[in-house]
Amino acid sequence: MMAIGEAAGLKLGKATRDAFGAALKDLGNEFPNLVTVDGDVGNSTRTEVFAKAFPTRGFNVGIAESNMVGVAGGLAAAGKIPVVSSFAAFLLCNAFDQIRMSIAYPGMNVKLVGSHAGISIGEDGASQMGIEDVALACSMPGMTVVVPADAMSAKKATRAMLEHVGPVYLRCGRIELPEIYTADSPFEIGKANTVKEGKDVTIIANGLMVGIALDAAAALAKTGVQARVLDMHTIKPLDEEAIVKAATETGRIVVTEEHLMAGGLGSAVATVVARTKPVPMEFVNVGDTYAESGDPLGLLQKYGLTAEAIVAAVKKVRSR
Amino acid sequence: MADATKQSIDQLKETAKAIRRLIIQITTEAGSGHPTSSLSAVEVVTALYFGGFLRHSKVNPRDPKRDRFILSKGHAVPVLYSALCQAGYYTFEQIMTLRKLGSPFEGHPNMKQLDTMEASTGSLGQGLSLGVGHALACRLDGFDSHTYVMMGDGEMGEGQVWEALASAEKYRLANLTAIVDQNGYQQTGATKDVLDLKPFAAKFDAFGWHTQVIEGNSMESVVEALTKARAVTDRPTAIISQTKKGFGILPVLEPTGDLNYHGKPLSKELAEKALALLK
Ligand SMILES: Cc1ncc(C[n+]2csc(CCOP(=O)(O)OP(=O)(O)O)c2C)c(N)n1
Ligand SMILES: [Mg+2]
Repeated sequence: MMAIGEAAGLKLGKATRDAFGAALKDLGNEFPNLVTVDGDVGNSTRTEVFAKAFPTRGFNVGIAESNMVGVAGGLAAAGKIPVVSSFAAFLLCNAFDQIRMSIAYPGMNVKLVGSHAGISIGEDGASQMGIEDVALACSMPGMTVVVPADAMSAKKATRAMLEHVGPVYLRCGRIELPEIYTADSPFEIGKANTVKEGKDVTIIANGLMVGIALDAAAALAKTGVQARVLDMHTIKPLDEEAIVKAATETGRIVVTEEHLMAGGLGSAVATVVARTKPVPMEFVNVGDTYAESGDPLGLLQKYGLTAEAIVAAVKKVRSR
Repeated sequence: MADATKQSIDQLKETAKAIRRLIIQITTEAGSGHPTSSLSAVEVVTALYFGGFLRHSKVNPRDPKRDRFILSKGHAVPVLYSALCQAGYYTFEQIMTLRKLGSPFEGHPNMKQLDTMEASTGSLGQGLSLGVGHALACRLDGFDSHTYVMMGDGEMGEGQVWEALASAEKYRLANLTAIVDQNGYQQTGATKDVLDLKPFAAKFDAFGWHTQVIEGNSMESVVEALTKARAVTDRPTAIISQTKKGFGILPVLEPTGDLNYHGKPLSKELAEKALALLK
């Protein structure tokens, strides 16, 4: 099995959670109000890197996600910038009403960070896999939702979310991902990055699927199909302009994400396309199923999150 | 319903050792998982399945009249797979597929895959509520089934656990036993440093539960406590099982300087040392 990004000639880098943890620590002095709130998994989400460097500013409330989110709401109301983190599944699913009532509704300046998102966490299995987190986060008015594609963009997203005033959900993953960006690549919340130009079709991706989309684009290029790849790292607010442009210029769109079909990037993009510039669309995602234990690459294969699946979707959308 | 197996204390100790060996073997083979969280719970699980407490049936694992064991701290599921293997439900080869793609022996219990799993757990804090539901249903159906739920001491930080404690008392569920595997550690450190909920006993008492505090890695204490719990007829019972995380292989863990050793399998080399200890 090929590594993610290998076909596109990309080199494997750090996991987005690692980049997030390191960035948080680097930003600790610049943002004196930054504090972390953890639920006994700071060594998994990597907030422990910050908490070790700034011990008085890291709070670990134990295995109690609802309380953790509520505490963050209070800290924010008192002027702090809390970064509250857990596995994406436990943060969004376990503490959803607390996020809704204590953070989203009052518009608190809290940064929610879910690590271990998607099925690529591997062997721990479905109970630990956040595959509905984006839908839940996007459902809340005023929430900004960001899914970085590699370590560099996760680092930049960490700064951007701290500079942004208001609630943000940042989604991170467990496994190492290919390096897509360099230090001087742009990163702006709400603005998609074109990571590959193309005129025949647009593949809109985020998170780990960006590297896989680039693999698909490399395979398509060999067959004479020039695919544009858009990294839609911000799902909310969505870069409508980039979507309309893609629909207009390439006439076909495939959306891919490591998330359920319901309520994810695909639904968000489809809403814009339907309203502005209807064109044929296909979707490559986890579908409507829970996954299982297994090795990360084997799982991506089994659940159809592969370059081959994207190539097939491109063929299908171009035949319509 | 087949009657529960009833081994002597000496036999139970041998069975516990065999289960410990299996835990080490399958997690090292898997290359991930939570062996130490499984090891602390071995005496309780062994006594339940082999000490005459849990009435279960290989022919019909979902027999409505069975007793139930819900592993709320689902990450410790290797102890359950190993006990069920030892009881003849599964072969060694089957449980050696732990955590591999396509295997029903997943990283956390999946009741859709295995009819021996009473609940799909892995998000901590939810098992006791399910236990309350089973206990209510069994009472409604007139069955004398007993439901046991095992939780971790770190898991007790979840608010839902305390909601379940209150509802079990409200309905005076004498057919429900909660076991807290108090091994002193959770993921990021000692429970006394992360979230110290001691004393558990006073809290359970205050919630109206019959409470025992025992040495949970002593087979004699465990059997005695489970016997006493069954004799209580007017309220839910709790067993605060004071254990050691990684019990049985502590001499192998000590040199690593990590007595929690949370969520890590033993290397092949450490596993060999551990298995030698468990001869
Ligand atoms: C709701 C939830 N939050 C966090 C986790 C991640 N997690 C898995 S095991 C664990 C520590 C459990 O500690 P404890 O309950 O004491 O069990 P032990 O491993 O010590 O037996 C944590 C935090 C989880 N599985 N579920
Ligand atoms: Mg513990």
